[in-house]
Amino acid sequence: MSSPDPEATLLALYRTMARIRAFEDAAEIASRGGLAAWGPQTDQATGAAPAQVRGPLHLSTGQEAVPAGVCAHLKADDPITSTHRGHGHTLAKGADLTRMMMELFGKAGGFCGGRGGSMHIADFSVGMLGANGVVAASIPIAVGAAHAIRLQGRPAIATAFFGDGAINRGPFAESLNWAAAYHLPLLFVCEDNQWSATTRTDTLSAGGGAAARARAYGIEAVEVDGNDVEAVLACAGELIARVRNESRPALLHARTYRFKGHVSVDPAAYRDPAELARALERDPIALARRRLSELGVEGTTITAIDDEAHAEVKAALAAAAAAPWPSVTAAFEEIQSTGAGQWL
Amino acid sequence: MAVSTYSQAAVDALCTAMQADPSVIAMGEDIGRGGIFGQYRGLQARFGASRVIDTPISEATIVGAAVGMALTGMRPVVELRVIDFALCAMDEIVNQAAKNRYMFGGQGRVPVVLRMPIGIWSSSAAQHSQSLESWFAHIPGLVVVAPATPQDNHDLLQAALACGDPVAYLEHKELWSMEGDVVATEALPIGRARIVRPGRDLTIVSWSRSVHQCAEACAALASQGIDAELIDLRTLWPWDRETVLASAARTGRLLIVHEAVQVAGFGAEIAATIAELAPEVRLARLGALRIPVGYSPGLEAQARLTPDAIAARAWALAS
Repeated sequence: MSSPDPEATLLALYRTMARIRAFEDAAEIASRGGLAAWGPQTDQATGAAPAQVRGPLHLSTGQEAVPAGVCAHLKADDPITSTHRGHGHTLAKGADLTRMMMELFGKAGGFCGGRGGSMHIADFSVGMLGANGVVAASIPIAVGAAHAIRLQGRPAIATAFFGDGAINRGPFAESLNWAAAYHLPLLFVCEDNQWSATTRTDTLSAGGGAAARARAYGIEAVEVDGNDVEAVLACAGELIARVRNESRPALLHARTYRFKGHVSVDPAAYRDPAELARALERDPIALARRRLSELGVEGTTITAIDDEAHAEVKAALAAAAAAPWPSVTAAFEEIQSTGAGQWL
Repeated sequence: MAVSTYSQAAVDALCTAMQADPSVIAMGEDIGRGGIFGQYRGLQARFGASRVIDTPISEATIVGAAVGMALTGMRPVVELRVIDFALCAMDEIVNQAAKNRYMFGGQGRVPVVLRMPIGIWSSSAAQHSQSLESWFAHIPGLVVVAPATPQDNHDLLQAALACGDPVAYLEHKELWSMEGDVVATEALPIGRARIVRPGRDLTIVSWSRSVHQCAEACAALASQGIDAELIDLRTLWPWDRETVLASAARTGRLLIVHEAVQVAGFGAEIAATIAELAPEVRLARLGALRIPVGYSPGLEAQARLTPDAIAARAWALAS
């Protein structure tokens, strides 16, 4: 992010976070079939409100500052890979919100034509190479993208977003080594929401966590308050400049918190309510709002951003609800070219 | 026309592709020195260490990185040393490489050739000897190729590199030093079987090394008055059912032979397909017993097919 004006910079980050929050709130409501708050979405034939977002829906509510602060430094030809909790990364990378909602609705106009849904949200045209249904699996893909960048001699960098649970899978360790051994322009971003699905990560993890593991491979690692979007922006900016200019990997360990359950149907009853209450006091969007006020930004300006995000999401919901389903022939397309048409 | 080995034929095919297209790269363990079977001999000296990449022993990341490279404009050839090691990268092969194009709606392609040598070779025991082709034939999105001759290793590797899909490319470890004529031909399409030997009395279909054992069996059968037609399937997915079906319908008898364990092997798929399409054809399968490959010669032999066993099975089917 190049703007030297802290107010304008923070407003832009705030807008990114507000759009992510509004998108995920709406997706969650749509997954429960209740879109009344967002306008008339009932099924015309039955009058019922069907679940319009299906399957596992992993929300990143509370974690918005991380993709906002990191992606502000990335260009369209800087590829990223993401996780099953990938809406925020996709929006922050610049993907069209309406086409994302269409994908969650399983509609033909979605980014994957309805083949992928939430867990496989992607927009390759802005360098978002995909959310992934397998924990840690997208890290080596980012390694490959960074390796290709190096072979092609491009000035780009790759970024791998992953969670704290992913650091306990082998591909994370392999990828740290690989990126360091080949001096790849790759930023590892551990978006640490403290939970590995429904179990606290600190009960499962030895040693000093993502940053300590990276340092063991000689990789520079920085820890940051992942709910402070200005801090994320600053730390990511410094690391990305070094990754880009010196063609070497770095790791950003952003501590944040997942306000919702592992998946939208998970009420997270296993969690101490006091823990959630403490976390909500540090809602990254509320913190940014407070900071904007300190900078002298009028409340109406902030509210206008919220309203704009809600209006955009509301329009996206309407567009997604009205959009056509994929043709059933799409089930047989984009699988492979060799032997296409041979299903048995 | 030139005589070449099975391994050199692959070197030549890869060399041609790398010369023609700077996005083609090779990576894997120990390939800078030529690969443990010589199947990359001379390529690093010619194309440099940045295009013939020695990797850490990190199978998951070798394949995962290949997917990321492929999505960003490269065409990687990946060496997995033996197919048994590919099991360390099954998520990357099955969930990532094979699914990427479909689940992201065709936004990207994954033109990756996964060289995963198969087969029993030199007392290599239970973890270096398997033939797991049916695992990969089961996965939508993958192409599965298993060449049996130097010519086919040359032509099919070129075809695999050109096809744009992720390919499970299965060379047989006991064939590396096999010599044969390699001629520059028109591009060979993937998915076309080869009739090794025409015959009237029964059809034998096989692939990879066991094609040669079947050929020996056919010679023995001929001396006993049985004229067997031998088909080298060459590609398991997509497989050339037209050629197999036409031959089996003509001879009325089909024996499917493979080195892989018979239970749930690809032979079962062929047999079931032919049984559905041509119920009049008499069918038999011959694969390995469902035992791990042992180390000691006498134990290893229990997992091997032999020309005698193939001929006996064919004799029983033809009689």
